This record gives sequence, C-alpha cells and structure tokens, in this order.
Amino acid sequence: MATDDGRSSPLSIALAWLAVGIPLAWGVSQTIIKSMALFR
Amino acid sequence: MALLSFLDREHSIAPAQYSRWLVPPAALAIHLSIGQAYAFSVFNLPLSKVIGGAAASPDDWKLSTLGWIFSIAIVFLGLSAAIWGAWLERVGPRKAMFVSACCFGGGFLIGALGISTHQLWLLLLGYGVLGGIGLGLGYISPVSTLIKWFPDRPGMATGLAIMGFGGGAMVASPLSVALMSHFRDSRTHGLTETFVTMGIGYFLFMMIGVFLVRLPAASAAPAGSAAGRPLAHTTEQRSASATSTAASRQASLRQVPVNEAWRTPQFWLLWLALFCNVTAGIGVLGQASAMIQEVFTGRITAAAAAGFVGLLSLCNMAGRFIWSTTSDKIGRKPTYMIFFALGALLYFAVPTIGVRNVGVFVALYAVILSMYGGGFATIPAYLRDLFGTVQVGAIHGRILTAWSAAGLAGPILVNYIREYQISHGVAKAASYNTTMYIMASLLIVGFIANALVRPLPVGSAQRAGTPVAA
Repeated sequence: MATDDGRSSPLSIALAWLAVGIPLAWGVSQTIIKSMALFR
Repeated sequence: MALLSFLDREHSIAPAQYSRWLVPPAALAIHLSIGQAYAFSVFNLPLSKVIGGAAASPDDWKLSTLGWIFSIAIVFLGLSAAIWGAWLERVGPRKAMFVSACCFGGGFLIGALGISTHQLWLLLLGYGVLGGIGLGLGYISPVSTLIKWFPDRPGMATGLAIMGFGGGAMVASPLSVALMSHFRDSRTHGLTETFVTMGIGYFLFMMIGVFLVRLPAASAAPAGSAAGRPLAHTTEQRSASATSTAASRQASLRQVPVNEAWRTPQFWLLWLALFCNVTAGIGVLGQASAMIQEVFTGRITAAAAAGFVGLLSLCNMAGRFIWSTTSDKIGRKPTYMIFFALGALLYFAVPTIGVRNVGVFVALYAVILSMYGGGFATIPAYLRDLFGTVQVGAIHGRILTAWSAAGLAGPILVNYIREYQISHGVAKAASYNTTMYIMASLLIVGFIANALVRPLPVGSAQRAGTPVAA
C-alpha cells in the first residue's frame, strides 16, 4: 500500500476505491433497474 | 501471534505520508458488509420452507418467528456499540474491525449450521446475537478514525462510511437471491450453502478494511499529550487543517470522555433528536410497499411498489452522504433543524397533497428518506463538535441505543395505529393519515430538542491536552 518512503501510491488508492466502488456500483445499478418499475 | 500483534493499536499507526484517502475505503469495506443486515428479509420466505419446500409443512418455521432474527440482530447492534465503544477507542479500529468480521462472518456460519440441522436457536444465536455484535462493532469502528483523519470534513468522511451501510443492502439483496438460485437443486434449498458463502465472503471483504485502516499518528499519543489532534502529515492535510471550520476549532478545545459525555443534557437532547428522526423514517421504510399500494389502490402494482422501496433505499443512501457533507458547510445544528422543520412539513403534506398524485407522493417520501439517512450520517460529526474526538466512537456507540429504541417504536406506531384506524372503519387508503400527523409531531419534538442543544460550558469540558484515556 505504500512506497519505500511510506507514501501511499496513487495505484493503491485507486485499487482500494475500486475494491469497494465496484460492488457498491453493482448494487446501486440493480436497485435503479428495480426502481424503474415504478415509472412504467 | 504475529497476526494478533498486527491488530494492535500501536501497529496500526499511519506512517508519514500515508494518504488519508485510503481510510474511507477501509470504512466502506466494513459498512458495505454489515449493511447486509437490512437485506436479511430476502431469506425469510425461503427459511419458512426449509422442510416442506413448496408444500407447507407444520414443522417449518413461521414467518413471524423468523422476524425475530433481524430484531435480535438490531438489538445486539445497539447493545454492543454502547457496551464496547470505550474498548474500541482503547484497542484501536483495526482490532475492532477484525473482531467485527469474525462475529459477522461467524454468525453466518453458525446460522448455516442452524439451517442444515433445522434448529432455530442456532440461527438466533448465530446471526442474531453473534452477527448483531459484529454489526455494532463494525458500525462504530471506523467512525472516530475517520473523524480524526478528516478534521476539516468530518461530516463528509463519516457520511461516506455510513452511506456504505445503506448501500450494503443494495448489494446483499440481489447477491443473496443469485446465490440461493445458484445453489438450489432438487434436493436442497441452497440456503445453507448461501449462508456459508456469504459468511466467508463477507469475512474476507471486511479484511480489506482491517488491512487498510490506519490511525493518524497523534491519536496514538499517550495521555497527557495533544491527544485527539491529528498531526498534518501531508501538504493536503496541512491545508485541510488550516481551513478547519469554526466548529472544528471549537471541538479541538473539548475532549470529553464517554462517561462524562453521557451524563450531559446535550447527549440526551441529541439522543432524543436521533430517536425522533429515526422513528419517523423507520416506520415508513418498513411499510413503504404496502402503503403505496393501499393509498393508490389499483394504480400501483406489486412490482411498482418494490420499485418505490428501491427508490427510497437509494434516497436513504444518497442522503447519508449529501446531508452530512452539507453539514460541514452549514453546521450540524442547522442541518438537523432542516431535517425536523422540512420533515414535519413534508409529513403534513403527504395526507393533503401527496395522496392526490403518485409523483408528488414519491417525491415527498424521497426527500423524507434522504433526511432519515442524513440523520444517521451527521450524528457522529455533531457528537465530535460537542464532545471532541478522543472518545467520539464510544459516545457514538452509546447514542445508537436511540436507533434500537426507534427500531421498536417506529414499526409499532405505523402498524398499530393503522390497524386501529381500520378496525374503526377508516378506509385503508386513509389509514396512514393519522400516522403521518404523528410522525410530523414527533419531528417537532426533535426540532425542539435540537434547538435546546448548546455547546458544553467550558468548565465542564476538558481542554485539549488534559489527560483523557482513549
């Protein structure tokens, strides 16, 4: 997660956000699809 | 032993240059997992058919009995957050997150054993008690750490994490359905395998949080030093510290321990405010599907009602981030004033203009549910403004008992008042009107409680630098 001097690399930050962002985005997209029934 | 020492507080201190933007994903990994609790209802129907399958069997568990699993989990969420909040502050977030992951994942595994042997007590003990403890510890574990990393934007930081709790159900619901469908065959219902998979899966996902979370260096400082004031490691952090709001500067003056904080009127006024806000939202959330179908009989199908519930969940989740971030700009007290004043107006509007048009009805509830989520997400920063950072996790844990109390009061208010109305000849479509007026009145009580909250007198608070055991 960190370089030799202890600095967090941009790649590690991006990976961390992707790890939580992808499942969250999937869940939100599934909910939006389900919600569409209300507007049909 | 190496693993155990890795979990220690002193081994989770961030090195210089550690980016604070790695901490919110750690918090999200925990909250996205434990947010599964709000999707537990997808298991209720399959759990009620474990023995008989499609044909009902007298040995099958009843739906009303299965409802206790979720209720026990929420009660233990509140209890564990209140009881072990101070322990969390002492041992640090990493160990608390690890214990939370063990409890939450272990709860699923014991629950799976209960399903395979058809013993309800194992499900209640596993998912309800052990899982509930995992929920409580997981819910509060990243909060004080985030506040310490983001002294300039505590509302946004905690809002991000608590938004994950709202999002967790959105992930878990379709995931649970997909897993049950995958494991189901002619011999098995797939529930045991689904519980085992989710237990292991959530444990591993929560480990992302365990490995990523770090405490800012100053929060590990020994008692007597400038505890609670994080050092600005990077240019980004130094800039953030320089732009701290008046509220955060005020907070830096006070470091109130949990045993002192919960004896103040401020704590109980906020407890009441949170209770009112959550009660008003939670009762509606549980009845949303039935409510929209009964108010607009013949115009809203079951599928459209499910869409309404989904939309409310989205607004609940978005509100957690939007309102808590807004509170960093306008202040915590004004944000709660908006929740209560606007919320009361909207509840009054539902029986009058809301019932005339589906679009208006949906829009009114969308805003109401955004403020319900916003209340949860803004409370940690509010507590931090009043009581400081050093034991804010423990104080947050205590105030979450308002959630447990509201979890009982909200559904009772909505369900029993509705049943009383119907038994006295009120049409189903109109049976929610009285409830809406009561919810509005409840929000007025919350408004008054929030209005009475004043900063702690300097004499009763401890100045930064005064020893406060973390």
